Amino acid sequence: MSTITDPPAGSFRLSMLINDTRYRSYTFQFIALVLLIVAFAYLGLNLIANLQAAGLNISYQFLGEPAGYDINQTLIPYTSQSTHWQASLVGVLNTLLVALLGCLMATVIGVFVGVMRLSNNWLVRQLMSIYVEIFRNVPVLIWILIIMAIFIAVLPQPRDFRGEDAEASMVLGAFAFTGRGFYSPAPIFGPGSGVVVAVFLASIAGIFAFRNYAKKALYDRGQLIPTLWPSIAIFFIPVILAYFVMGRPITLDYPSLQGFNFQGGIFMRNSLIALWFALSIYTAAFIAENVRAGILAVSKGQTEAAASLGLRPRRIMNLVVLPQALRVIIPPLISQYLNLTKNSSLAIAVGYMDLTGTLGGITLNQTGRAIEAIFLLMLFYLAISLAISAIMNVYNNAVRLKER
Amino acid sequence: MSDTHAQTVAFVRDTMLPEQPPPASEAGVIKWMRENLFKGWFNSLLTIVSLYFIYKIVSGAYPWFANGIWTTSSLAECREMLGGMTGACFSVLTERWNQLLFGFQYPSDAYWRPTLAFFGLILALVPVLYPKAARQLLIVTGLYPFVAYWLIWGGTLLIPLMVLAGLIAGYFAFKQFERQSFAMGLLAGAVATIVVIWAGGIIPASMPDVLALEAVQSRNLGGFMLNMILGTVCVSLSLPFGILLALGRQSSMPIIKWICVIFIEFIRGVPLITLLFVANVVLAYFFPPGSNIDLVLRVIIMITMFASAYIAEVIRGGLAALPRGQYEAADSLGLDYAQAMRLIILPQALKISIPGIVNVAVGLFKDTTLVSVISMFDLVGMIRGPILASTEWNGVYWELWGFAVFVFFIVCFSISKYSQWLERQLATDHR
Repeated sequence: MSTITDPPAGSFRLSMLINDTRYRSYTFQFIALVLLIVAFAYLGLNLIANLQAAGLNISYQFLGEPAGYDINQTLIPYTSQSTHWQASLVGVLNTLLVALLGCLMATVIGVFVGVMRLSNNWLVRQLMSIYVEIFRNVPVLIWILIIMAIFIAVLPQPRDFRGEDAEASMVLGAFAFTGRGFYSPAPIFGPGSGVVVAVFLASIAGIFAFRNYAKKALYDRGQLIPTLWPSIAIFFIPVILAYFVMGRPITLDYPSLQGFNFQGGIFMRNSLIALWFALSIYTAAFIAENVRAGILAVSKGQTEAAASLGLRPRRIMNLVVLPQALRVIIPPLISQYLNLTKNSSLAIAVGYMDLTGTLGGITLNQTGRAIEAIFLLMLFYLAISLAISAIMNVYNNAVRLKER
Repeated sequence: MSDTHAQTVAFVRDTMLPEQPPPASEAGVIKWMRENLFKGWFNSLLTIVSLYFIYKIVSGAYPWFANGIWTTSSLAECREMLGGMTGACFSVLTERWNQLLFGFQYPSDAYWRPTLAFFGLILALVPVLYPKAARQLLIVTGLYPFVAYWLIWGGTLLIPLMVLAGLIAGYFAFKQFERQSFAMGLLAGAVATIVVIWAGGIIPASMPDVLALEAVQSRNLGGFMLNMILGTVCVSLSLPFGILLALGRQSSMPIIKWICVIFIEFIRGVPLITLLFVANVVLAYFFPPGSNIDLVLRVIIMITMFASAYIAEVIRGGLAALPRGQYEAADSLGLDYAQAMRLIILPQALKISIPGIVNVAVGLFKDTTLVSVISMFDLVGMIRGPILASTEWNGVYWELWGFAVFVFFIVCFSISKYSQWLERQLATDHR
């Protein structure tokens, strides 16, 4: 066959570059490559000319210079004398902090709403779909600003907590919800608390070991060992024992009103809370839809088959429905996490100092290094999203239906 | 046998009993309530909690709405009229209505122009959105962008007319050369367009006052109008680019494929706000020295790039979902690549992608609010900046944010409802 359709060798003509399918793709790719190089060269030359005209150059020296600005929420030690690089690190950690908190809360709310949308209670179903529709169809920026407005306009200021008949009071004497942010008690780890923490970690490991043992007993000997109550016991009893044996080494530092502000305890600034809550409730609306779709994707026959095998409802859920639903739920869930992380860059609208606020905000404005700062900023987000897609690919391969 | 039986039975019913109504607890509203609201104690508890929740919201919001004041000119006056009662100061909406819609710098005697453009948009969208509408209306759709540009930005009508003439010339050149090959046609079309626009550019330059409206600078656009402009323009522009990127990503030519993959993954990996920063402070460095491209255009470029990457992924999904047989059928008919794509593959792939495209469009429309971060005064920017910062309306949070929520909800919700309707209309599969 091929000998007939192949033209004789050596008869290459220039027109074949366009008309012969064997060569045409090379022609097109060559043209595309040339166009791309020309475009980049044009942009690059413009860039060089513009930079020269403005007397600028590309350099990352500014990262080593003192930043000279304060950051009000930091996870690592930072002063205004620290470098721009450290300021960026603070920003990275703040981004990751709000992303982590947001993902956790969004998952909890999203799963709850998604399951409730399938409730057999009509009223609850309607309420949940109203929630989903309202939050999905309004920009997240507006939600962030609305929650910030609650802090500014509704919650009391710390000074309202002062005096005999104060306008506001602390909840349980330990938590203060003020317009500046939330104050809660902070644990203080005294001497000997290491033992308690170690016991706590060991008991978590113990729970997993016990569950594995129960599973093994079930699979090998058909012996059903209850896991719920023993797990709870393993979780609480050793830690409480260790806590009292060591003489109560961990105490709580309560926030208290000193002058016009609270001192001590853990302080979460209003911008962090606004961003965290807004991202969570917004993303939760999307997650709820994914969860609902995932549960609906498991066909009814699966549930019925499991029931006819004699499984109880909870086991049907745990052993049959959830593993199949998770296969559908997890990939869109992870991409929602990714969206949440990217949306956390809206922190700049409420003044939360994430990476966009430090590197892309104040550092950029102070040093004027727009190209470098934005390049690094993009690189960071790109790295995060590539890492998350890598995780997703690994997961997808792991749960793929093994067909033969 | 049979008659002995008849004599032994004392009574035989010879008519049917009339149907009894079901018991009251098994019919109508009561049955529905029993099944949907009070099935078991947990279900009943949920109902009671939900009812309490609804009651709290309604009892809190009702007086606020009912006592709402629509006619004062500042928050202080409004508070005075309320006299301590709960009530909304909706007068901020009536008093700043034009600012919310058009921004605070758009010339006030020209408000009719964007308004007209908005109603024109509805007319132009009809033939696109409703497959059964008269096909002749598509002419309106084709002409709309040029008229809308003229209405919103002002200046002489000759500029958009020149561009239109260029595009028409390009179309005829394309038709002329299409018979030779599709690529040839595209090339000829592009050349003809550029030549006509470039050569004809002298005409509007020499006659700047023919059919001229008062010119409005891009930076004077604002309010919800800016959201609408950015949303409409970027979605429409990103569709063709998205299709090209998706086809490129599916291509068998490695260089073209990798260019598209890198572009799409890069854009999808970074938040829109960094792209807007690029538009704000970096993009100007890449234009020829001395050129002065205004901010709205730079933002449109970046948002279009952003949206095309997402639309490309959606369309790629549609292309991948088509059965392999469709591609092979097109090949076996002897169609070349351009014909196969235009006549066989894309119509089906685009149809599958409609829900995804609409999702991207809704997401993009919501994301247009992000321009307020780079100090453009769209609806959110207007509320945060000039209105909340003014002495008259400092502190009117809920009325303004409620309005923003309402507007965006109406638009986005109706778009998604429309897409569900269209999906049902276009469903031709035989499931």
